[in-house]
Amino acid sequence: MSNNGINTLVSLTVNPDAILGMNKYHVDEQNAHIELIENADLEEFLKLVRACPAALYRVAESGAKSFDHAGCLECGTCRILCADTIIKKWELPQAGMGVEFRYG
Amino acid sequence: MQEYDFDIIVVGSGCSGAVAAYVAASAGKSVLVIERGAFAGAKNMTGGRIYSHALKEVFPDFENEAPLGRKITHERISLMTADANTTLEYSGASLAQEGRNSYSVLHAPFNRWLAEQAEAAGAEYIYGIAVEALAKDATEKVIGVTAGGDTITAQVTIIADGANSLLSAQATKAPLPKANEMAVGIKEVLELSPDAIESRFLCSEGEGAAWLFVGDCTKGHTGGGFVYTNNDSLSLGLVVTIADIAESSTPIYQMLEDFKNHPSIAPLVKGAKVVEHSGHMVSEGGYRTVPEYVGDGCLIAGDAAMLCMNLGYMVRGMDLAVASGKMAAEAACEAIDKEDTSKSGLAAYKEKMEASFVMQDLKTFQKWPHFMDGWKRLFKTYPLLAQEVFTSLFTVDGTPAKPLVKRLMPSIRRVGILNLLKDLRGALKAL
Repeated sequence: MSNNGINTLVSLTVNPDAILGMNKYHVDEQNAHIELIENADLEEFLKLVRACPAALYRVAESGAKSFDHAGCLECGTCRILCADTIIKKWELPQAGMGVEFRYG
Repeated sequence: MQEYDFDIIVVGSGCSGAVAAYVAASAGKSVLVIERGAFAGAKNMTGGRIYSHALKEVFPDFENEAPLGRKITHERISLMTADANTTLEYSGASLAQEGRNSYSVLHAPFNRWLAEQAEAAGAEYIYGIAVEALAKDATEKVIGVTAGGDTITAQVTIIADGANSLLSAQATKAPLPKANEMAVGIKEVLELSPDAIESRFLCSEGEGAAWLFVGDCTKGHTGGGFVYTNNDSLSLGLVVTIADIAESSTPIYQMLEDFKNHPSIAPLVKGAKVVEHSGHMVSEGGYRTVPEYVGDGCLIAGDAAMLCMNLGYMVRGMDLAVASGKMAAEAACEAIDKEDTSKSGLAAYKEKMEASFVMQDLKTFQKWPHFMDGWKRLFKTYPLLAQEVFTSLFTVDGTPAKPLVKRLMPSIRRVGILNLLKDLRGALKAL
């Protein structure tokens, strides 16, 4: 287990839940356009924790991993990093779904 | 001969796709654009600024018509440490000169305007649906796309689906970019009054600044920070090579927060309200990572073809996108007129690109991305060196001062004179 990654999450001064608050989304509750494999390797998962600009990949202090597709900015960074490891599915959101940039 | 639904299908209505559609529709071709956003720009993000030369070729009067931000008349580049910032500023009449100038833009309004031009020229648009796959015939030639479960056919398909292209691999077997060839961009748009922008960035009315940073903004990782002034907002963000951020002890969204709180940035954004938080990939590999961009029945343009140049002091993508979209459309129209839209029939796109600034500039700077990626001193050592040099230059503490050279030598020795010379030589060779 990487202390580096866990410590990282402890030392945050920004609330990852708050950063997307101003964005406009049409959230697809039925279908997740990104899916991870079960029991994803922590080292691989931590790469996504660090790289995802929407902070969708989280590791709790207990060590529990979580991912929520709802705030996705559809950049594809996680696809580049982990398409051949822990990301099982990476698709574009279905018609009319996902982020809608008002500024871009 | 096979019947097609359209002469040309364009996938994506960003800078390259919309321009391709405009040029092809203006030449009398039937064009369908499939844009997955609810409107053009809804899924797109830029730093960003556009160098206007390529746009002017397509829309000579764009300066009076397009929703642009500010004309950039101030260029600033900074070496940033945790508590200091060394900045070089250039402002001069050449920056504002027609044909050489640049403007800050936001994609939601700007891409929307580009799409309106294409629609006015006769291109048809479908919004809100993503293209799932390219449609191919028995010979593997691309004959259109599958979107929303339907197959729509065209003589030529122009793939302009951006940096995270899901179609380039199907078109020309373009490989999935590696994590050291792509960067992740994170950006916030911060609302600020025009008066505050002009006084904080020392700009005349309607004019603006572009400001790039290296060093502590990315905690020494390969990448940098940026601030662009829009009309009544700032675009502020970071770009970090994906392979680097994946090993960082600070996640990128915390880096952005720290950047905003840096003593040199905080006064610029004081009181500004965050109105959007966005992310987007940037191709960083330069010429050597541009995939094959001519296929059988299809062409790849813009970010989908990895057409981007990050030189550290300057970032260009949109002018390459606009020019590639124009050339792709011209080549597609010629191929359709000659009734040969095979790979060899479409080869004029490659010839045009090779003869233009797009591939020539990428070629000129092809060593730079690899040099910069391996040049850790740029992101860690040199910002500190600058801080030490200017601290010794600008501070007085009452102890008898030593001559300047004696004060500076310890800092320079720490980096190593040979390293300094080697880096200077390497950078000059790559630029």
